[in-house]
Amino acid sequence: MSTEKQQEQVNPPVDETEEIELNVKSSEMDEEFVEDLDSLLDEIDEILEEDSQEFVENYIQRGGQ
Amino acid sequence: MKRRIYGLETEFGIIWTPDAPRRKTLTVQNVVMYLFREIVAGRMYPDVFLENGARFYQDIGCHPEYATPECDDVTELVAHDKAGERIITRLASTAERSMRNDGFYGKISIFKNNLDTPGNTYGCHENYLMERHVDFRQLASKLIPFFVTRQVFAGAGKIKPSYRGYYAISQRAEHIREEISIGTTTARGIINTRDEPHADREKYRRLHVIVGDSNMSEFSTFLKVGTTGIILRMIEDNFIEQRFALRNPVKAIRDISDDITCTHPIELQNGKRLTAVELQWQYLECAKRYLEQAESDSTTNQIMARWEYVLTCLESDPMQLDRELDWVIKWKWLQTYLTKRGLEWDAPQVKHLDLKYHNVRQSESLYYALENRSETERIVRDEQIRHAEQFPPERTRAKFRGKFIKKVNEGKVLCGVNWSYIQLYEPYQILYLSTDPFKPEFDEASRTIYSI
Repeated sequence: MSTEKQQEQVNPPVDETEEIELNVKSSEMDEEFVEDLDSLLDEIDEILEEDSQEFVENYIQRGGQ
Repeated sequence: MKRRIYGLETEFGIIWTPDAPRRKTLTVQNVVMYLFREIVAGRMYPDVFLENGARFYQDIGCHPEYATPECDDVTELVAHDKAGERIITRLASTAERSMRNDGFYGKISIFKNNLDTPGNTYGCHENYLMERHVDFRQLASKLIPFFVTRQVFAGAGKIKPSYRGYYAISQRAEHIREEISIGTTTARGIINTRDEPHADREKYRRLHVIVGDSNMSEFSTFLKVGTTGIILRMIEDNFIEQRFALRNPVKAIRDISDDITCTHPIELQNGKRLTAVELQWQYLECAKRYLEQAESDSTTNQIMARWEYVLTCLESDPMQLDRELDWVIKWKWLQTYLTKRGLEWDAPQVKHLDLKYHNVRQSESLYYALENRSETERIVRDEQIRHAEQFPPERTRAKFRGKFIKKVNEGKVLCGVNWSYIQLYEPYQILYLSTDPFKPEFDEASRTIYSI
């Protein structure tokens, strides 16, 4: 009996709610991450708005040091 | 640790793209002329010192080049290196406006990288002021294995043809042809022998390092220069025992660059085989022993901690360093982009994005898109960079030069300026030499200048 009580004290139900909250947070974070990633990829599309083939071919420098 | 003077020179790639496609483009030479127009103001040649003590000029091959002022701290150097990017960015905006006034509508792109599309190279040179007493052959032999292997954290990454494995760690590795050489435009060496100390030759030599890549990542710059500074101090104090001589350093630098898993072993002269990371561990362990008996400082402690962290990560999985190291950050985001957009490594968009990583104009840059979303580790704050754009370092002679240039720009004196001297023309006719770059001011010259 006494050990059970001790266990109850060590592992109070509060922990479970905390865990659930944590799970909710992390799935929110996942969504946030996907949104962030999508908006970053869109931003990259914008950075690449010129004709890539032409830009890359035209990028010619003289050799430096 | 004892103070050292550090400097970075960066040659930028530059191209102008007209707004309307297939319209005639301007030559690089013309674009560079527009870029310099604002600051050269009547000078014969585009070559000026700035109020922050830096030099900005047109180098071989028509590259605009920014040389930081003399810094005695690696963190400060990172801020000054970034300040150069911001300064050239502002000049590009001004140049575009003048070009529009002349009927040329378009955009200037400026790249802090080391390769154009056909494979011409341009450099980022590191400069370290060293004690003259060190024997150069000893110095070279102790440094070569370090320079061959430090690319695992200092490389800027590049796409290579698919039959050769898509991606390499370093941009410069393939352009290094010799172990030791004086050449900077052909037959480039792992060790470059150019030695213009811009200081007392009896006391100092300048180590001019041309083997490295240009870095966008503050973390990579910090570690590249910081670790090299520590190695040099150990060599000056004769602390490094030599045990790492490589059988073929020129081949090794390429082999290491070609292996993004960082597991390729390279052969030592004694027949042993070690990976680049294992060799770096040897240098790090040596540095730890050195610092047990030498005085350290907070920057050195930060360099040591980051060096160890990076080697630990490189050993287990290099791709963990996707916030720190240029070659990994770029690999990660090229890979992510091409996967999400269904592209192959050799698609023009991916090559384009490789270039865009290095664009210093923030709205056009993959690196800055990532930095602005806190996807990269920083070393300095934006305020420090803004400060470095305007003000010279406080503890070196650059302070004196910067203050002087300010007077010049206010139109108060006619003069000639270089790293180690300032010459006042009429009516003063005085030449001031500064042979000690550690001295922030020298009295006589300061008195004259402040009295003007």
